[in-house]
Amino acid sequence: MSKIALTRRNLLKAGAASGVALAAPMSFVRGAYAEEFCNMPTGSTVTLGFNVPQSGPYADEGADELRAYQLAVKHLNGEGDGGMLNTFSSKALKGNGILGKKVEYVTGDTQTKSDAARASAKRMIEKDGAIMITGGSSSGVAVAVQGLCQENGIIFMAGLTHSNDTTGKDKKRFGFRHFFNAYMSGQALGPILAEQLGKDRTAYHLTADYTWGWTQEESIKNATENLGWNTANAVRTPLGAGDFSQYLTPVLNSGADVLILNHYGKDMVNSLTQAVQFGMREKQVNGKNFEIVVPLFSRLMAQGAGENIKGILGTTNWNWSLQDDASQAFVKSFGQEYGFPPSQAAQTCYVQTLLYADACERAGAFTPPQVIEALEGFEFDGMGNGPTLYRAADHQCFKDVLVVKGNENPTSQFDLLEVVKIVPRDQVTYDPAIFGGELGPADVKKC
Amino acid sequence: MTKLLDREPVALVVFSAVILLMPLWLTPLGANYPDLLQKFAIFAIFAMGFNILFGLTGYLSFGHAAFLGVGSYAAVWSFKLFTMNVLPAIAFGILFSGVFAFLIGYVSLRRSGIYFSILTLAFAQMCYNLAYSVLTPITNGETGLQLTLQDPRIIDRMFGPAGAGLPSTNFFGLPMSGYPGFYFCAVMLIICFFISRRIFKSPLGLTLLGIKSNQNRMNYTGFNTRPYTQTAFVISGMFAGLAGSLLAVTDPLAGAERMQWTASGEVVLMTILGGAGTLIGPMLGAWLIKYFENIFSAFNDATLEQTFSFLPEPLANAAVAISGLFVGEGWHLTLGVLFMLIVIFLPGGIMEGWRRLVRWIGGGGGGKAKTESAAVAQPAE
Amino acid sequence: MDALLLQFLNGLDKGGAYALIALGLTLVFGTLGVVNFAHGALFMLGAFCAVTFNKILTLEKVVLDPEQKTAWGTPLEIRTPYVEAWLGDFGAFLLNYSVPVSIIVAIPVMLLIGVVMERGLIKYFYKRPHADQILVTFGLAIVIQEIIKHYYGANPIPQAAPEIVSGSADIGAWFGLAGTIVYPWWRLVFFGFSVVVIGAVFAFLQFTTYGMVVRAGMRDSETVGLLGINIQKRFTVVFGLAAVVAGLAGVMYTPILPPDYHMGMDFLVLSFVVVVVGGMGSLPGAVLAGFMLGILQSFASMNEIKSIFPGIDQIIIYLVAVIILLTMPRGLMGREGVMEE
Repeated sequence: MSKIALTRRNLLKAGAASGVALAAPMSFVRGAYAEEFCNMPTGSTVTLGFNVPQSGPYADEGADELRAYQLAVKHLNGEGDGGMLNTFSSKALKGNGILGKKVEYVTGDTQTKSDAARASAKRMIEKDGAIMITGGSSSGVAVAVQGLCQENGIIFMAGLTHSNDTTGKDKKRFGFRHFFNAYMSGQALGPILAEQLGKDRTAYHLTADYTWGWTQEESIKNATENLGWNTANAVRTPLGAGDFSQYLTPVLNSGADVLILNHYGKDMVNSLTQAVQFGMREKQVNGKNFEIVVPLFSRLMAQGAGENIKGILGTTNWNWSLQDDASQAFVKSFGQEYGFPPSQAAQTCYVQTLLYADACERAGAFTPPQVIEALEGFEFDGMGNGPTLYRAADHQCFKDVLVVKGNENPTSQFDLLEVVKIVPRDQVTYDPAIFGGELGPADVKKC
Repeated sequence: MTKLLDREPVALVVFSAVILLMPLWLTPLGANYPDLLQKFAIFAIFAMGFNILFGLTGYLSFGHAAFLGVGSYAAVWSFKLFTMNVLPAIAFGILFSGVFAFLIGYVSLRRSGIYFSILTLAFAQMCYNLAYSVLTPITNGETGLQLTLQDPRIIDRMFGPAGAGLPSTNFFGLPMSGYPGFYFCAVMLIICFFISRRIFKSPLGLTLLGIKSNQNRMNYTGFNTRPYTQTAFVISGMFAGLAGSLLAVTDPLAGAERMQWTASGEVVLMTILGGAGTLIGPMLGAWLIKYFENIFSAFNDATLEQTFSFLPEPLANAAVAISGLFVGEGWHLTLGVLFMLIVIFLPGGIMEGWRRLVRWIGGGGGGKAKTESAAVAQPAE
Repeated sequence: MDALLLQFLNGLDKGGAYALIALGLTLVFGTLGVVNFAHGALFMLGAFCAVTFNKILTLEKVVLDPEQKTAWGTPLEIRTPYVEAWLGDFGAFLLNYSVPVSIIVAIPVMLLIGVVMERGLIKYFYKRPHADQILVTFGLAIVIQEIIKHYYGANPIPQAAPEIVSGSADIGAWFGLAGTIVYPWWRLVFFGFSVVVIGAVFAFLQFTTYGMVVRAGMRDSETVGLLGINIQKRFTVVFGLAAVVAGLAGVMYTPILPPDYHMGMDFLVLSFVVVVVGGMGSLPGAVLAGFMLGILQSFASMNEIKSIFPGIDQIIIYLVAVIILLTMPRGLMGREGVMEE
């Protein structure tokens, strides 16, 4: 039964081990007893784990995240033009790796499924010795991996995750999020909607029927209703419905004059495309032009929706057309490396990697509690989002939020979003108590 | 050697040795880390249980993942409500999935063939869709059911106050993560192997085989087959429930995706790939698929460059470019190609390959086996 | 009232799509006896015929302009589409009608793919157990998907409907009720198209000698073989036909659902449910089941119904499938003895 390639060495090993069959394998746990904390880097290198979706609907987003990570590793190791290292307000990073150790990385496929993502993260922790895990393209995965990292005492720098829960109800001491969230989207988008569309509007929500969709629906609803809007209805649609016609037709005669699509990825591409086909953009209701709003935008989604995205309002974490030095530096080094500009997912992942490295440098150690302390309450600038605070209470970054709309006259195939307004940080800051949750302890853990 | 393995004690000892020594012999394959070892053991149980239904009885269930999911949810709820000890969790997992399997089986087994498959698929998809959305209060939807600091954990609280962090699952104090977790799953797998082997050799197993080869004839002889198929379905569902609860034991999280049709399809593929109807074939199929999913997806250009660095540069670049298609984000492609190759050249799965190998060795070069395999393989280009 | 009518239209439209996909599947599955898990991949390949055709039409000449720079400092690329440059107005016309015109491309391509698949692989699996068929076609589906992903990426690629049918039709106005029933033109086109294709397939099988022999072969291939007819060749044609029908559905569906590499898998389970609910071996059954499930799904998604049964729209298809299979042992119109073993 055990016909496997037996080399002489393994045979010897097996022979030696057969006497203590049960106990022997325990000693193969990689140096667990010598460590002060899980995966403490002991050699001349330090390993980071990049856990991104490589298959499934977000594979392109994952590929872009991975490009950003590879670029970040290059810059940390002093290769390339340095990108945002030159504009980052903290000057702790020297381009000689992290604390003098060369940065290496391992990759894995989350498949946008919590189980697969956790399996992949566990492999990085148990086998590859990763000291930090980062990535992901959905909130379900982010929350699942964040929980795992908390249990293992590994720091998790979330990639693209927009649900309030990630740093709200499910926040963890070892988890950090640079990306903005649904609440901030609502706070940023609300006033712009009132300004551009008027204060007496009636909204109809179509919401993806899972936690992220619900938090976004709630956030946008609260923000718009505070400005005097009515909500005609909020309808839940199954994830991956494909054809949304049966949810779109009731909108037409509901008396609503704004359709808010709380969808992401493929769902959003499909529902927007189909809503436009139903003639919603030419429609007049109550003497006003019917409008469609997509609260969370990304350039990759805009690409998928094609022409239909033009003029549609939404929010985004970052866009490559920003003119500040940091964004320009990042776009330059990313564009030169890969031939096209980075997406918002790429930016948040790149920044997260740099922030982690910088925190290690400032803490002077890889020890997680010290790194966490260095990140908590860290105030920085020069990363493309203006002055930013990593709030200690919930590990959420507070920074300006971009309100964008689909570009009517794109100058290139990447020029899909046009920044309408940069909403200042104060306007989107909230009290961490409103979402509950507990960070938990910051204990040192052994593997 | 084959003869010797037919004797129960020998078979059990050999099997146990192979399983318990997995951390050792999987080292050269790069698969000797706890999480993957646990997955190997757990999915082997899942596939073995599925095989009792499909391999023996011939009923192709396309919704078996529902029982895996139910087992996981039941186990996590046991952790949340009662205690972090794994035994009650496993008991609940098996119990609930058994009840589910009884109900779904009772309804679905009224039909056979493809109609049965679609009925099971429909039930599983309903479970998945509801768990993902409206049943969120019970399942925590997309995020998956997790432990929280606010959980009551009644029994644990009787013995002491809650700690600062989340407690870990334990077997009377022994934490069930890492290698202890693997050994726990391994022991479960060995028990399951024993049960499954007993079923194969029992009158029940023979009846089931009879149902597989011709149910009509069985019915004509005045034999009521329903209780037997129902028993097989429930046992198989309980195996899945055990696997599901072990997933929760080693990693206390239960996600709805576990019940999706792709997960049901995966166990079907595992079983066929390894060899449906054989005792250990499904287990081998499960290992193969999990190995590819976890190891092949992790290769990236940097690791490939390292692997091929011994080649001269242009050759190495070409090798990296070509092999890059099949690993990392292309790991699905490798899996697809592998499925096709195995089913084309080894009808009957991995176990068929094993049998051929044995025949070839036993036949001293085995000219006969060779021509036979050539005859089978020939039509498939 | 108009809400119900609109949902009925939605149901017909959805049903058309389900029926089209199920039709090809039931030809192969219910009649040739092959469980074809690659059928969704054929649907997806059809959609990518449209994508490829559009890509070819929009091939661009790229000239680097060293004067202008991109944001990342490389020379700006000036792109001019070839087709429009060469063919002028006709090129623009082609581009506008690229989805319907790509049908002309898709038919031979899909036929070829179908024939190659049958001759090269499926043929050897007619006598093999269903389990083997599942494994090999699933493997094939993954391979096809991954190849498409490698060349086109994972992101959906939008395809526009021709301008003339890109808006909505005011159907109510035809009956003197302007503004009440507004429905997208393209969906009406798609519905009409699906009816035509379904009709054509039935006509082919029902009214041609060739089709008659195929039907006979499905019932009893051995006897037909004994009559000296090469039934194998006809089966190849049937498989090719199934591929074409799936492909055409894919092409015409692109303006509604921007295609990506995974769209086949998304429809796979559903199409199996439709075929089985319709009953194994019955073409009319598959079509009927497609329309029935489409319409029921649309009605179940109405807010009035969802408020009584939360989540009903998520499970309605499976619920109906369970009810039908339990009340009618062989689905709506299934033949005895097909795939019941």
